[in-house]
Amino acid sequence: MKSNVETKKRSGPVVFSEYQRSEGIKKALQLGRENILFELKISGLKGRGGAGFPTATKWMLTAAANANKKFIVCNADEGEPGTFKDRVLLLEYPELVFDGIVIAGFTIGAASGIIYLRGEYEYMLQPLEDYLAEMRKDNLLGKNILGKENFNFDISIRLGSGAYVCGEETALIESLEGFRGEPRNRPPYPVDTGYLGYPTVVNNVETLASVSHIVLKGGEWFKKHGTSKSTGSKLFSVSGDCEKPGVYELPWGIKIKELLEIVEAKNTKAVQVGGASGTCIAKSQFDRILGYEDAATGGSIIIFNENRDMLKVLKNFMEFFIEESCGQCTPCRIGNIKLMEGIIKIENGDFTFSYINNLKELGKTMQVASKCGLGQSSPNSFISILENFSEEILHTNGKGKENVKA
Amino acid sequence: MSKRENIRIPVSQQPFTVIQPEDTTTIGGTVSVQINEKKISVPLGMTILEACRQNQIHIPTLCHHPDLCIAGVCRICVVDVEGMRTLQTACSFPITTPIKIHTSTPMVRKARRHIIDLLLSEHYGECYSCFRNGNCELQSLAKEYGVDGYTFGHIDKPRYKVDHSSAAVVRDMSKCILCKRCVRTCIDLQEVGVLEAINRGHDTHIGTFLDKPLADVICINCGQCINRCPTAALRANDPSDEIWEAIDNPKKHVIIQTAPSPRAAIGEEFGIEAGHSFTGELNTALRRIGFDKVFDTNFTADLTIMEEGTELLNRLRKVIIDNDSSVKLPQFTSCSPGWIKFIEHFYPEYLDYLSTAKSPQQMFGALMKTFYAKQAGIDPADIVTVALMPCSAKKFECNRPEMKASGFKDIDYGLTTREMAKMIREAGIYLPEMPKSNFDEPFGDASGAGLIFGATGGVMEAALRTVYEIVTGREVPFKNLAIEPCRGFAGVKQASVKLDGCVEQYNFLEGVELKFVVAHGTANAKKVMEMLRKGELSDVHFVEIMACPGGCLGGGGQPIPTNAEIRRKRAQAIYAEDESLPVRKSHENPHIKYIYENFLTEGPCGKLSHKLLHTHYTKRGKFIS
Ligand SMILES: Cc1cc2nc3c(=O)[nH]c(=O)nc-3n(C[C@H](O)[C@H](O)[C@H](O)COP(=O)(O)O)c2cc1C
Ligand code: SF4
Ligand code: SF4
Ligand code: SF4
Ligand code: SF4
Ligand code: FES
Repeated sequence: MKSNVETKKRSGPVVFSEYQRSEGIKKALQLGRENILFELKISGLKGRGGAGFPTATKWMLTAAANANKKFIVCNADEGEPGTFKDRVLLLEYPELVFDGIVIAGFTIGAASGIIYLRGEYEYMLQPLEDYLAEMRKDNLLGKNILGKENFNFDISIRLGSGAYVCGEETALIESLEGFRGEPRNRPPYPVDTGYLGYPTVVNNVETLASVSHIVLKGGEWFKKHGTSKSTGSKLFSVSGDCEKPGVYELPWGIKIKELLEIVEAKNTKAVQVGGASGTCIAKSQFDRILGYEDAATGGSIIIFNENRDMLKVLKNFMEFFIEESCGQCTPCRIGNIKLMEGIIKIENGDFTFSYINNLKELGKTMQVASKCGLGQSSPNSFISILENFSEEILHTNGKGKENVKA
Repeated sequence: MSKRENIRIPVSQQPFTVIQPEDTTTIGGTVSVQINEKKISVPLGMTILEACRQNQIHIPTLCHHPDLCIAGVCRICVVDVEGMRTLQTACSFPITTPIKIHTSTPMVRKARRHIIDLLLSEHYGECYSCFRNGNCELQSLAKEYGVDGYTFGHIDKPRYKVDHSSAAVVRDMSKCILCKRCVRTCIDLQEVGVLEAINRGHDTHIGTFLDKPLADVICINCGQCINRCPTAALRANDPSDEIWEAIDNPKKHVIIQTAPSPRAAIGEEFGIEAGHSFTGELNTALRRIGFDKVFDTNFTADLTIMEEGTELLNRLRKVIIDNDSSVKLPQFTSCSPGWIKFIEHFYPEYLDYLSTAKSPQQMFGALMKTFYAKQAGIDPADIVTVALMPCSAKKFECNRPEMKASGFKDIDYGLTTREMAKMIREAGIYLPEMPKSNFDEPFGDASGAGLIFGATGGVMEAALRTVYEIVTGREVPFKNLAIEPCRGFAGVKQASVKLDGCVEQYNFLEGVELKFVVAHGTANAKKVMEMLRKGELSDVHFVEIMACPGGCLGGGGQPIPTNAEIRRKRAQAIYAEDESLPVRKSHENPHIKYIYENFLTEGPCGKLSHKLLHTHYTKRGKFIS
């Protein structure tokens, strides 16, 4: 894959900026653990997998944990609908990702790294293995890496089995251990009790790719991009009703309407920020910015134009969650079914507003009482679409609106 | 930090253990927390639930069970921890920092109510036609939270077919709330591994390997899953209708034998605190219900000791004097049918180590339909034998095809403590108020040795009381006949007694250190079997194994709920009753002497004994076709 340099037509301020293989590792070995953590802290990097947890904190907790084994896991499960930026990184910029994993291993004191690769990305397995083989040949993996005494580290790739929930870090760990992919109770968190019970860092592909740049170019350099609360830039996977769908690197803090211009979206009615588990933003709010402080996203941007039926959009999302819920906890296992029943009632015009309000309340319970992020975020689209498009869905649309009871 | 000991249990689902300093007043030993308005100090790592319970703050639970690892799946126990974005489950949250907890905010109450509403919306069952009516955790929660309607609708058809295939356990998954207590019981507590969640999302259900009927998989019928199920999704196979029919049929002579454990626990079914025996009251109640004879299983427990003890001495003789290498030692007890099915499935190559003695239940039946029938002048075909047992596996055992050497089924029905209580209630009887009465003769008098069969270690203790005395002519050298090393709830107990001053017949045992091992719960049985496999039991002579945690008193047919405290109290009741009995050694039971003089005239392990009182086992293996 080294050879496809010529296919790299991408450029961007941070992630897609200049980088040569192993540069980050070399710099990391020079800097030493403390300085790496320091640069990370300065950079303000937050997890790119969706939850936005500060990466420096995660690494510090793991580095500080007292254990004879530690692990770094790269989360390449990329299952959020409308997300495909990790695929681009792995295919076109493997050096960023793998160097990031090695740096993480060095910093937290792990001897092995694991990539949990989405089942559907099986076609990448061979090229990635080849890439790893090359790294081993060049002593970027293996014993005493680049002459650094006692820094022994290797990376293995594990294929996921096609469940969205396995992208949730603790379910991912269960899956790695050979169990049903069900999220664990937290606390304890993986930084303390992770893979096989050992302290484990789980990071998104893009997070690790960003690390390589930060280590090489410094936290201050990274921080120059984005906003004060959302530093750096972000890869957005843009899909839906626009002329130029694809992966874009844009600084955090960009307004939704600016993004829509870049991707040449016309007659846009709504933007789903953050995939199925994100929120649906209506036209009137297109001044909002993308960033942890406002509309957060792991990268997925789905655009809907005026011709879309928002109830259908919502139904699609709910179908996804019903399909993907692991089913262990009550709010998510049954709650999503109830929300869906509500949607069908709306479709049939056979609903009362008080029932819909009950369901929204149920959605709020699901947000706070579900065991993992899936059930906690599955009502987001239900709540936001019904609130932002209540005119369209509850009052003016639907074949049976005359049956609506007040 | 705790490393996983048992690879099966996901780390986060194991109880959170923090290594605590000896002195909890040192820094780090305790954490100050605030629960509602109350400031308290708790040991580091204690869960919010434990902290609340210790401070009389009630938190509802469903998936939590004190015998099992943490699940955190029902979410009913959510509380508000200040500073956290979402609610936290009290059962799983270890307190490691000074936090502020609120257990009854509007959000918390609403969430709990929603969770109950959701569970009820999918729960196909009507309380008034349900065996858990009045003792169901889902029902109590609905009451606690004032549920007066179905907010989110209600299912009108069952989602799953009831599985009646097993002789012991009935599974009605339409009443299941997916708390997975049964799964954790079967996999983690018992290490059998029959039940697991199948499929995902809304299609998740508890099932067996390939969703086969329970009778076709490696279920050992221990019923421990029933004891821990919060609803009626799991229940024992109840034969009480057939028993009523037999009682109401004047042609039938219906005999009931009662095992030691039910009498020490049945009071719980009538609202009495655990730890009170109702032996005499139960006898009266059974007569009023209409049983023609009420006998004591302890009688055949004594008989089991004679047979099994003799078998052990015979094995010792063959090994020590004849150097017969085909004889296996240690000898394993065979009175727990759950254990028997366990070894048949998991260690079929070790069946020769089992004593061939039938369980007391089956011995009793065999005697009823032969010796007793003849003495009483009743056609054995008209005798119906019912066994009141703490156990669901007994239902399977009595239906084993080999259990009818007399030409008649030894035992017709195995009835659990719970089912018996139901029959008593149905008959309009309030058990605790019954006058006391004795068992019927001649199978009424039993020794305290038979009684303690109910507790883990009891069979061993009873056997030692007899074997030691037969071999040495003296009582076991323990104060008050209480062989303490056999008692208590340690998973695997090992001890020994030295045989010296042996009588002439047994002088080959002079100086032998008689070593024994006691284990309860099949997870511990597995440990013992692995020791055997590794040759670590080569100097052990006798092993007692009971399939259920705590022994029979924790059996799968006993009153619900169960926990360590309840089991401890039941054991206390049993040991106290043993001490109060005049005869406390099996071989001193006059009726045992009588039966060997008048019926089994060749003595223990004689020909007739072998025909009626001994059995054989089936190599089942783990692989299900
Ligand atoms: C249902 C669900 C699915 C998830 N899927 C992914 C995923 O595919 N990739 C990912 O990087 N993070 C995913 N996450 C987030 C992870 O749990 C975790 O927060 C992330 O891997 C941490 O890495 P980061 O700090 O680098 O973002 C998912 C979370 C949930 C709740
Ligand atoms: S929220 Fe959904 S996906 Fe997450 S643990 Fe609960 S049932 Fe499983
Ligand atoms: S299981 Fe409980 S809630 Fe369900 S019908 Fe039976 S008693 Fe009622
Ligand atoms: S009866 Fe015992 S072996 Fe059978 S499913 Fe229940 S716990 Fe498992
Ligand atoms: S069968 Fe009972 S114990 Fe098992 S999951 Fe269902 S409700 Fe819980
Ligand atoms: S009791 Fe705590 S989650 Fe079920």
